[in-house]
Amino acid sequence: MQTHTAKRVEIVIEAPLENRLTKALTEAGVTGFTILPVLGGSGRSGVWTREGQVGRAGMVQVVCLIKPERLDGLLDAAFSVVEKHIGVVSITDAQVLRAERF
Amino acid sequence: MQEILSLAGANLVSPIILSFALGLTAALARSDLTIPEAVAKGMSIYLLFAIGFKGGVAVSTHGIDQTLILSLVAGLILSFGLPLVAFALLRVMTGLSNIDAAAVAAHYGSISIVTFVAATSVLQGRLIDSEGYMVAVAAVMEAPAILSALWLVARSGAGGKMEPGLMRELLLNGSIVLLVGAFFIGAITGEQGLAEISPFIVAPFKGVLCLFLLDMGLIAGRGLRQSRGVVSIGAVGFAILMPLVGAMIGLGAGLLVGLSLGGVVLMMVLSASASYIAVPAAMRVALPEANPSVYLTLSLGVTFPFNLTLGIPLYLALAQIVVGG
Repeated sequence: MQTHTAKRVEIVIEAPLENRLTKALTEAGVTGFTILPVLGGSGRSGVWTREGQVGRAGMVQVVCLIKPERLDGLLDAAFSVVEKHIGVVSITDAQVLRAERF
Repeated sequence: MQEILSLAGANLVSPIILSFALGLTAALARSDLTIPEAVAKGMSIYLLFAIGFKGGVAVSTHGIDQTLILSLVAGLILSFGLPLVAFALLRVMTGLSNIDAAAVAAHYGSISIVTFVAATSVLQGRLIDSEGYMVAVAAVMEAPAILSALWLVARSGAGGKMEPGLMRELLLNGSIVLLVGAFFIGAITGEQGLAEISPFIVAPFKGVLCLFLLDMGLIAGRGLRQSRGVVSIGAVGFAILMPLVGAMIGLGAGLLVGLSLGGVVLMMVLSASASYIAVPAAMRVALPEANPSVYLTLSLGVTFPFNLTLGIPLYLALAQIVVGG
């Protein structure tokens, strides 16, 4: 089956920043993303878990699949939000079936 | 003094405090006991709705007077002013940076609704009436402290700005909308409305509060375990001194406004408590450079347990001495 090269960008960010990040991505022309809850983890800022949290605490993961030529615009938009915050941004090569959707 | 110790002793063996102690101990002992996130959120929705509704019913029964307006104004002034007091104390007692000190100060100007709920429960247990509209005062005191903290940071030239949309998020955050909304539903439907849903919002209230405080104990215990070495002795001293200072200022405000004994106690509790739900989220947006381990450990790990175990009975005893009754 014919596949097409794409970039998969995964951004783990603090939950209170979720709306700001998705707004920045949309404004940068990103047409789609998926938001996943993150159960817990550990990093430079210590160990944390989603269990029992009441407020808008914890982290979420925003996943985008885009054409490689649009990567820089996405990263600029994402970086403007995540620059000072706790989180991880990673990029991997991916293959997608329907290129026109990304 | 004997009376204060006796009240504190009685408070310590209540199911509410013991549930919190269970959660705290379990987390410190590294038990795998957890409350699922959805259950914790469900319980917080229940508690906010119940406390807001009952506050509204109390207002519908007793009517509105000028102390309501004065109490709201006092709440606003306290929330704006307490961070300035906290910031000054932090500069003297700790070596925190301006940004960390301002972020911590914001927490102490805002309020802990769970401490407020626990205090109303203690008052009800002692058959002490309080003004129902203190729920609205609690809602008013949530956000202004954040503005004061941002002003403190901006004044020191260390940055700190109000992000677009942050104030709207603060004023319309789910807790405030639910609390104020339930308050108005209670005020509109009154005693008849309460009678209709009383089996749901009155009878199970303390049991749900126990489970919720079990969860708060777990969160506080986990936070304490993970934050060893993050906060200094001076900062811990601040987290115990500041609620006492806040309570005394709240006592003065309550007396000036002319609140009843129960109302004065609640004003003291609101002034003494520190936020650990709304303000941390706002600080992550507005002051991302501030260390969350510091402000969460102080507000949730030190001040919250202090207020819950010793603070509330202490404030009640002081208010009884000053107001009488």
